[in-house]
Amino acid sequence: MNKKVLLGMSGGVDSSVAAILLKEQGYEVIGVTMKLWEGEIEGSCCSLNSTSDAKRVCDYLKIPHYTLNFKDDFNKYVVQDFIDNYKNCRTPNPCIECNKYLKFGAMFKKAQELGCDYIATGHYAKILYSEKYGKNVLAKSNAGKKDQSYVLYNIPDYMLDHVLFPLGDFKNKDEIREIARKNNLLVANKPDSEDICFIPDGNYKRFLEENSNIKPQKGNIVNSKEEVLGKHTGLYNYTIGQRRGLGISSPKPLYVLKLNKKKNQVIVGVEKELYIKEFLIKDFNILVDIDLSKWTSLYVKTRYSAKEYKANIILEEDKIRVVFDEPQRAITPGQSAVFYDGDVVVGGGKIV
Amino acid sequence: MNTVYLDNSATTKVDDEVLKVMLPYFSQNYGNASSIYSIGRENRKAIEDAREKVAKILNCNSNEVYFTAGGSESDNTAIKGIAYANKNKGNHIITSKIEHPAVLETCKKLEKDGFEVSYISVDENGILNLEELKDSIRPTTILISVMFANNEIGTIQPIKEIGEIAKEKGIYFHTDAVQAVGNIKIDVEKLNIDSLSLSAHKFYGPKGIGALYVRKNVPFVKFIDGGHQERNKRAGTENVAGIVGLGKAIELAYKDLDEHNEKIKKLRDYYVEQVEKRIPYIKVNGDRNKRLPGNSNISFRFIEGESLLLNLDLKGICASSGSACTSGSLDPSHVLLAIGLPHEIAHGSLRVSIGKYNTKEEIDYVVDSLVEIVERLRNMSPLWEEFIENGGNN
Repeated sequence: MNKKVLLGMSGGVDSSVAAILLKEQGYEVIGVTMKLWEGEIEGSCCSLNSTSDAKRVCDYLKIPHYTLNFKDDFNKYVVQDFIDNYKNCRTPNPCIECNKYLKFGAMFKKAQELGCDYIATGHYAKILYSEKYGKNVLAKSNAGKKDQSYVLYNIPDYMLDHVLFPLGDFKNKDEIREIARKNNLLVANKPDSEDICFIPDGNYKRFLEENSNIKPQKGNIVNSKEEVLGKHTGLYNYTIGQRRGLGISSPKPLYVLKLNKKKNQVIVGVEKELYIKEFLIKDFNILVDIDLSKWTSLYVKTRYSAKEYKANIILEEDKIRVVFDEPQRAITPGQSAVFYDGDVVVGGGKIV
Repeated sequence: MNTVYLDNSATTKVDDEVLKVMLPYFSQNYGNASSIYSIGRENRKAIEDAREKVAKILNCNSNEVYFTAGGSESDNTAIKGIAYANKNKGNHIITSKIEHPAVLETCKKLEKDGFEVSYISVDENGILNLEELKDSIRPTTILISVMFANNEIGTIQPIKEIGEIAKEKGIYFHTDAVQAVGNIKIDVEKLNIDSLSLSAHKFYGPKGIGALYVRKNVPFVKFIDGGHQERNKRAGTENVAGIVGLGKAIELAYKDLDEHNEKIKKLRDYYVEQVEKRIPYIKVNGDRNKRLPGNSNISFRFIEGESLLLNLDLKGICASSGSACTSGSLDPSHVLLAIGLPHEIAHGSLRVSIGKYNTKEEIDYVVDSLVEIVERLRNMSPLWEEFIENGGNN
């Protein structure tokens, strides 16, 4: 009998093409769309319309499609975490939480319940066998800038033998759209979703004000010597490395360096001061067998859009210390640092 | 893979005889029934013949029967129509906690519009609390709406008693009989029913056609404005094929009612008995006797109904959880909560509703599948593991 795969489908072109590819490879595919957020608005990745798009693709491919209601889990693990991060002056990446708790959490459980051998998504990443580590590993895709291995580092180790990323070998989205067009998929020309799915208009400030008890609490913008340079509109409106919207005239451009919750201060400085050589991470997930008690030399990526840079890491109690060879810009608490050995994702964790 | 259809409370297959009488009305007798020429007049006759068939079954006059687009429209028309037409007499409505959304949502809407609604509770088998009903009657009560039989747990309500209470107090009584028609003999005179909703696709008729009975002299405001069809109560060109189908379906349903009920009840009892024998830690929901012949509703502890349904679907078996909307809310069924099931048990419920086309072989296949799926799902459940480690008690 053919191996059974549960494929997470957003209704977008990537996961739709993933369905085609899996079917061509001979898998028995079951499509599912996760219902995540109540205020689903047209245009975000998980809107009602996307569910019906995913259903239409499955109809066309003659595979079953189900909608799974994960609203409670999504709210608990993703939305509330997002709010908590801003409350504590951190800058979250909700996609990482969603992957951890929803796609490679609740959805995986559902796959087991349905007797599936694998789960799959339309992420640009690879699962491959590593000779060096003697096991299946998570690795970068061939998609360069579009690679999504960074947001997947929290996949539990034991799951790696049961995950498929059918898009891992493709170099860019045009190739994917071409497959969609050849198969006459209606979603072939659907635009990419860029924003956070539960904030489709991208206005996260308004989202926080409407969905949490965070209120705009004004305070001072200060420099490292605590000299007051201006006023801020509430700490959640600022992130490390931000230059625009500070409302301060200064001979040299000023950047946000830090947010001080206790004193309700935004601390700013010149670009040079943004560069940091070392930091700690917590809540880490390590995917290959390495000795964390010794310094290990790896490449580290500290946000989705950043490049990875050379660094050494070592375990310090329940955290990992990361020391770059050269100082790096805007290391932001709440974002994730992900470790790479070549293309292989070694692991990652949250910047403290 | 063969399909085993066990969701006859959701909808039924159209009977071949019903389909046969409908077909001419699509491309041969296509005239507008309001027209004066012959192919219009003939259709008028077909509609009135169907109306008489419905009236005969319900024991009412045919001019008390209105055709609608289905059960939800009938419920909306009856409740809103009677409420608005009688609002000078009062603004209070009584219904139950286990109604179909077509009734509950209609009542909620009326609440926003100045009406007050009492939602009467039910006992652990889903039977309406008659004392609570009596106690909640006010001088301003204008309407009682209680379903004849429940769509999820099949419980049949004490309609005669409710009818008597309503009659005594001079309150109009509507019943949503969508699940009951085709399964139970209904005499609106004997039961003191002032208004009744029914839907053809629940008794082997087509979808998109239903009927509403409203007793003569009960004032109600029309629901769809426009032409003068349905004695000026429901505008829109008549769905002749649907109406003819409804007439034939209700006629057939009551011609063989006893035989039909005996057959599906036997299969239902066999199914429940097999499940009880072969799967431990289950609970049969609803009243064992006062229930629809084809309905069963069973909670499987330590299991999510959704996973059960999806696994059944992958084996070609069509059933449902508490409500028809499986992809919607995570909240367990309001009916199962109303009969006092805790959330976690209500979540693991499966409705199997048997119809006249089901066979014993199908039931055997379903029970075998359930045994396998339930065991597999329980083996994945941490709660189950804990339960077994503790000796399986409580």
